[in-house]
Amino acid sequence: MADIMMTDRLAAERAPALKRFARGDAIFRWITRLAAYFVLLVLGGIIFTLVEGSIPTFQKFGLGFFVSDAWNPVKGEYGAFVAIYGTLVTSIIAMLIAVPVGVGVAIFLTELCPLNLRRPIGVAIELLAGIPSIIYGMWGFFVLRPILQDFEQNYLVPAFQDIPVLNTLFAGPASGYGMLTAGIILAIMILPFIAAVTRDVFMTVPPVLKEAAYGIGCTTKEVVTKVVLPFSRVGVLGGIMLALGRALGETMAVTFVVGNSHRFSASLLQPSTTISASIASEFGEAKDELLSTLFTLGLMLFVITFIVLAIARLMLMQMNKRAGS
Amino acid sequence: MASITARKNSDLVFRFLCYAATAMGLGALILILFKLFYEGFSGLGINVFTMTTPAPLSQGGLLNAIVGSLIMTALATVVGTPLGILAGTYMAEYGRHDKVTQVIRFVNDILLSAPSIVVGLFIYELVVRPMGGFSGFAGACALAIIVLPVVVRTTEDMLLLVPDQLREAASAIGAPRSFVIRTIAYRAARAGIVTGVLLAVARISGETAPLLFTALGNDNLKFSIFGELESLPTSINKFAGSAYPDLNSLAWTGALLVTAAVLILSIVARTLTSVKKSSP
Repeated sequence: MADIMMTDRLAAERAPALKRFARGDAIFRWITRLAAYFVLLVLGGIIFTLVEGSIPTFQKFGLGFFVSDAWNPVKGEYGAFVAIYGTLVTSIIAMLIAVPVGVGVAIFLTELCPLNLRRPIGVAIELLAGIPSIIYGMWGFFVLRPILQDFEQNYLVPAFQDIPVLNTLFAGPASGYGMLTAGIILAIMILPFIAAVTRDVFMTVPPVLKEAAYGIGCTTKEVVTKVVLPFSRVGVLGGIMLALGRALGETMAVTFVVGNSHRFSASLLQPSTTISASIASEFGEAKDELLSTLFTLGLMLFVITFIVLAIARLMLMQMNKRAGS
Repeated sequence: MASITARKNSDLVFRFLCYAATAMGLGALILILFKLFYEGFSGLGINVFTMTTPAPLSQGGLLNAIVGSLIMTALATVVGTPLGILAGTYMAEYGRHDKVTQVIRFVNDILLSAPSIVVGLFIYELVVRPMGGFSGFAGACALAIIVLPVVVRTTEDMLLLVPDQLREAASAIGAPRSFVIRTIAYRAARAGIVTGVLLAVARISGETAPLLFTALGNDNLKFSIFGELESLPTSINKFAGSAYPDLNSLAWTGALLVTAAVLILSIVARTLTSVKKSSP
């Protein structure tokens, strides 16, 4: 009897404490939930402001904005073609250089490198992936551009002078500014990123598979091309798409060396521009129409990178699912 | 099947290409670092830390830029970190199996790699225009938006690594859920979460593009976040494009400071987690 009374009293004493706990729990839960929804709000806010800022451009130029190469602040006529073209071409050049080299580095790190060097080199590459892009841009501006200008003017332009198509792509006079320089700088910038991601993906290949292949006498090349790559294909592609997303949206590494000219030229050696470089270099004096134009460019950049990054994430998710099962 | 000699030869070529790729890639990166350290150190002096942006052909330093960078980075971290930790907590603890969490994770991953210049445009429209001018506050907001996804991601990952038995043991002795999270889960994941914050700080200390349209820059030493504020990356951007060699040299020194800060933060973050991994 005394026991029951005791528990009653205890329960009565505990009730307020329990209530406090429950209330504290509910409050904490709601705070965290609001913070999580805030992430969605940020994305929504970015899309909303970009769309809202672009409305005047769409009203004035319509869809012709995307194919027009006009850029005349005096007349107030703008088109996005040169910037889109520049963004795509610089990113393609960057990927053409950085993907084979980056995958090569990853193969070196997982298959060829002496074991005691793997960690230091791997760590060095991961650290290099974090270096701010403005450093690459600066180096490109002060070091690479003069060297490239010399090389382009003395070798590239004369070499391709008489070959159709190529003589348009490599038409002089070379200033050192242009899509080729920007593409090379972008390649150097995303290289550590591609190498690090690809190495991580290669590490998910079960050692047993590779050992079995080596065991029946496969060469390193055969193990890589017939076991490692087929197994990790989706992940490698996902990593490459992530790197492409970076290259497309990169601003500072490009702005220094691309030349920031809105005159269309098919030549890789002539000053050109990209979407992000236009925004960065024109924003200072931008008002009204030009400002809206820059927001439209920003919206396009966001849509393009969103699609690329979404594909990349889906691929990487698919890879993780397979690795998990 | 090709003959053994053919296979061996093609393997030799393949391996040579891999070695060449590594030599080329690492070579280019080392060249950049070498140039950066060489130029950066030759301009390094006490003036860099005690004087502000110089007029052309006169003595000057990066004091205003360093102060501005510190203020904005600190503010962005103070705002972005708690938000990110709380959001990550919801995703890993309360809503682990929700559909919404999957959506948030996806969106967060997109924000993680979205072009930072777009964040600059967003804050320009959201903060700079309504407030009527560029400000350090706007710059800090833009940086906070970049900090957020990094912290969300690492917090969620680190909390998911904490064994459920720990939580269950705490719940079994009557600890309420929020108490379990705050005293058990956070403590177990602490090193990982701190790493995430350090990496986020490293990431924003070199961000340039979003600051161009938010904090703009200021040649004088200012401490108020409600006016235009200089930062190291915008200084580098300004001085590197200048025609005066003195300013170019100052740009290299600024670049060296930023890179050193980023590398030190990343290395500290790395040692934190490796200590965690080696002591189970």
